[in-house]
Amino acid sequence: MKAGAFGQPAVAVPAMVLLLIVLLAAIGPWLAPQPFDAIDFDADWAAAPSLAHPFGTDDLGRDLFARVCVGGRLSLAVGLVSTLVSLAIGVLWGAVAGWFGGRIDALLMRLVDVLYALPFMFFVILLMVLFGRHWLLIFVAIGAVSWLDMARIVRGQTLALRRQPFIDAAIVSGLGSTAILVRHVLPNLGGVVIVCATLTIPQAILVESFLSFLGLGIQEPATSWGALVNDGARAIDATPWGLIFPAGFLATTLLAFNRLGDALRAALDVPGR
Amino acid sequence: MLRIGNGNEPESLDPQKATGVSAGNILRDLYEGLTGIGPSGELLPAAAESWHWRADGRELRLQLRDGLRWSNGDVLSAEDFAAGLRRLLDPATASGYASLFAAIANGEAVIAGRRPVSALGVQADDARTLRIRLDRPLPNLPALLAHPAAAPIHPADRAGDPAPGARIGNGAYRLVEWRLQSHIRLQRNRHYWNDRQTSIGEVRYLPTEDLHSELKRYRADELDVTTSVPATQVPWIRRTLGAELRVAPYLGSYFYGLNLTRPPFAGNRPLRQALSLAIDRPLIARKVLHDLAMPAWSLVPPGIHDYTPQVPGWAQWPRAQREAEARRLYAEAGYSAAKPLQVQIRYNTSDDHKRIAVVIAAMWKQVLGAEVTLVNEEWKVFLQHRRARHETEAFRNTWIADSDDAFGFAEILESHHPRNDSGYADAAYDALLQAAAQADDPAVRRSRLEVAERQMLDDAPILPIYFYASKHLVKPRVEGWHDNSLDWHASKDLQLRAP
Amino acid sequence: MLSRAATRLLTAVPTLFVLVGLSFFLMHAAPGGPFDSERSLAPEVEARLNAQFHLDEPAWRQFGRYLGGLLHGDLGPSLQYEGRSVAGLIGDGAPVSAALGAVALLLALTGGVALGAIAALRRDSALDRGLMLLALLGLSLPSYVVAPLLILVFALALDWLPAGGWDGPASVLLPAVALALPQLAAIARLTRGALGEVLAAPWIRAARAKGLPERLIVFRHALRPALLPVLSWLGPAAAGLMTGSVVVEQVFGIPGIGRYFVQGALNRDYTLVLGVVLFYGALVVTFNFLVDLAYGLLDPRTRPT
Repeated sequence: MKAGAFGQPAVAVPAMVLLLIVLLAAIGPWLAPQPFDAIDFDADWAAAPSLAHPFGTDDLGRDLFARVCVGGRLSLAVGLVSTLVSLAIGVLWGAVAGWFGGRIDALLMRLVDVLYALPFMFFVILLMVLFGRHWLLIFVAIGAVSWLDMARIVRGQTLALRRQPFIDAAIVSGLGSTAILVRHVLPNLGGVVIVCATLTIPQAILVESFLSFLGLGIQEPATSWGALVNDGARAIDATPWGLIFPAGFLATTLLAFNRLGDALRAALDVPGR
Repeated sequence: MLRIGNGNEPESLDPQKATGVSAGNILRDLYEGLTGIGPSGELLPAAAESWHWRADGRELRLQLRDGLRWSNGDVLSAEDFAAGLRRLLDPATASGYASLFAAIANGEAVIAGRRPVSALGVQADDARTLRIRLDRPLPNLPALLAHPAAAPIHPADRAGDPAPGARIGNGAYRLVEWRLQSHIRLQRNRHYWNDRQTSIGEVRYLPTEDLHSELKRYRADELDVTTSVPATQVPWIRRTLGAELRVAPYLGSYFYGLNLTRPPFAGNRPLRQALSLAIDRPLIARKVLHDLAMPAWSLVPPGIHDYTPQVPGWAQWPRAQREAEARRLYAEAGYSAAKPLQVQIRYNTSDDHKRIAVVIAAMWKQVLGAEVTLVNEEWKVFLQHRRARHETEAFRNTWIADSDDAFGFAEILESHHPRNDSGYADAAYDALLQAAAQADDPAVRRSRLEVAERQMLDDAPILPIYFYASKHLVKPRVEGWHDNSLDWHASKDLQLRAP
Repeated sequence: MLSRAATRLLTAVPTLFVLVGLSFFLMHAAPGGPFDSERSLAPEVEARLNAQFHLDEPAWRQFGRYLGGLLHGDLGPSLQYEGRSVAGLIGDGAPVSAALGAVALLLALTGGVALGAIAALRRDSALDRGLMLLALLGLSLPSYVVAPLLILVFALALDWLPAGGWDGPASVLLPAVALALPQLAAIARLTRGALGEVLAAPWIRAARAKGLPERLIVFRHALRPALLPVLSWLGPAAAGLMTGSVVVEQVFGIPGIGRYFVQGALNRDYTLVLGVVLFYGALVVTFNFLVDLAYGLLDPRTRPT
């Protein structure tokens, strides 16, 4: 990474936004008027935002600010961890398949095909059913499935790269296959990989929220942005703040991740610019 | 055309095999029983114009109307009703409702496969007379005969299983189209004996598995009746659609079971009572369920025929007294702030179950200091665990009446009942139920059941939470809709006002 | 080309076999069975039902029986829907899902490529920023939020379109949009990213230096290779769209087969689940095959020599 990339405003602004959100998720629950799972039985429930509850309360009278912060911890963790898993597996898999071609390619991509042909939701549901509901399982399940897209796209791009003149030049100059892969192919995948990663983070967060929609997400009273947005979307007519605040945080976070990805690509001068 | 939101897609419309509310709603339009249930829940003559008990209460003789016909015009006879009951109890049918009629002579033996189906005490003396003999008293048999499971079966449908939706019926409507997950279309049955009283020519049942979507379709005027309403939306519905919301008590109980075969609840009655006392039921009914339910302190709901609700004295206590007594019992049970109770609440995936579990967990935590973990399981896993009693501690449970009879509720806590998920095994309770089942005198039967429930509630193998209410949105143009505790609404009793 | 296609099709058989085997044993390992219910059947009734569907046999035997049926093209009876065959259920639902999916795919592809190309050509303009912000919005809103919002606006507030059901062309539009939106946004971003890179590539620079008109450069030279990542994306996305989406079917009340993946698994309708999984697998294999063919056509450099 070039030194000073973070000095550019296009990178710095979304990075700052993300930092603020992470910070809020981390310390927010201590600032909240009541713990995220406490119920005030004497108060009015589903109350609109006020000084006492800046984001209002949910349909069980729990402080929504505290819940948005706590939910953010889980959503951010899901997005980051599963994207890392997906990056690690997907890039290596796709690049190796695309670069070496032939039997290796056929074998690797057939495996991807097999995994692709397994309907993802069904797979995750079965895992949840078999091993019970656990947050770790949510990470693994989402990460283990989302690398497939990455692998395919990277392979496609590697195939195209292989025919490029500068690769021919490297071959002619006598470099070994693996060396070319590491020195010339992987760095040149940067652009595609960053675009993919920026698409994978929101995807992972959204998949978690879909699990929540099916009632297979994180166990109550713990929560995630997805679960909060889901609850909020159902009661949008009556209590719009239940949707607006978590959805606002969710959308801002996804937006910032995407902006950051785009800006980083420009700043890092990945080939293609 | 009347358009009815009907919840889940029915898995079957075979009257003897189908279970579930959504199938029942349609089957009551497609079939008419010997007896029927009127708009307000009253027992009425239907295919049978009259019935008489023999003096000893062990034989019911029913007289069918003259000129009854199937929807295809064939003559309907008493033998068709007898065939329906035989098919229901035939083990080859594997019906979930067979046990409802196990009291019919030789019923137990037929269900178990020890006697041939022909041995069942059901007999057509002639084309219009049906006789049903009983092994033990079954005073609500006439009401049970209104259940779709007791529907007649056409001779042509007796041999094999016709395609879904192709069975011949005898109700006020006949099925003309069944598009799975899309709609089921019924048209008036011109051969129905009382067809001239039928007002609505066509009825469509639409599957509406998502209550929020159903509400939107109702608002978009694509439905005339909804199957339910989402609880969280109720305040909003009351504000905007108030007059169209129809809420009525429903014969169902929502309660928490406690697993008595394992710690912490095995042999610890004070603990069970403490947890029961710590639950603020009126608050749950008011704030969580928005008054679409009634707070419950007993298993058998009010409004059950010939029964007095068994409400314990502490139900009326002020909150401070109730909570103080809960804490006293909690201490007596051997728990304290230093040694808090650690307990799991297990429930299956559903918005309402989740909300109630969260609130009860908070009550136990805030009143007693218990450490409560919520365990949300997917439906089939939950059923498996609940039945096996190996993992459960406190768990969500429900019982909905098949008929207007307290015994149907009481028996689920009998030691060997398949739905005794708490593992409650009390010899005195079993004996009282046995005595009630054998009692010929309704007053004796009733008092046995009432005593049994009082004793059981004091033992607290279950914690009653609320009694169900049926809730529907009904468009103003639908007329003749009456609330009733069975939540049965026959299309033939409804009319559509011209726009 | 033909031999490559032949291998693709040959490997499809083991692919589907692994798929069915994995699904079968995972399903059977899950606790609970198809006939568990709130009411709880009497043990002898349940035993009889299990025997009727051979569920009392050991799993490997059931698997053998199932494979034997498959060889004869028999997907078996549904365990949940009485008297219905799995083939019949899929036959009823698949055309609906396919029609809806095709409309959604068309929307996503045309809309996504067009918007992505416009954004790439007007890079860093206000138009580009606006479009990409919209694409991001499409990606960051879950379909269970978008779908009810669409209904609120277009069915309830404006009263233009039905709020649900599957009844005529008007009822296709809202669910298709809800289904297409995330794909459209993803395709727009992929197209913009890839086209941007291609436009900066040496051969395009060379073409520009030669003074070729920009329009010709874009459509003749740049767009084709830029669509490669989109194509990779499209294979599985198309199969996903064609087999429907659980959320969209549930929210709009559409009689497709997407619901069977989830409902079938939750209800332990083993045969139904295996049927739809197999169907989905076959579709994915087919679409990937088509994508491979298209890859060769779009990018001559990947053509095997």
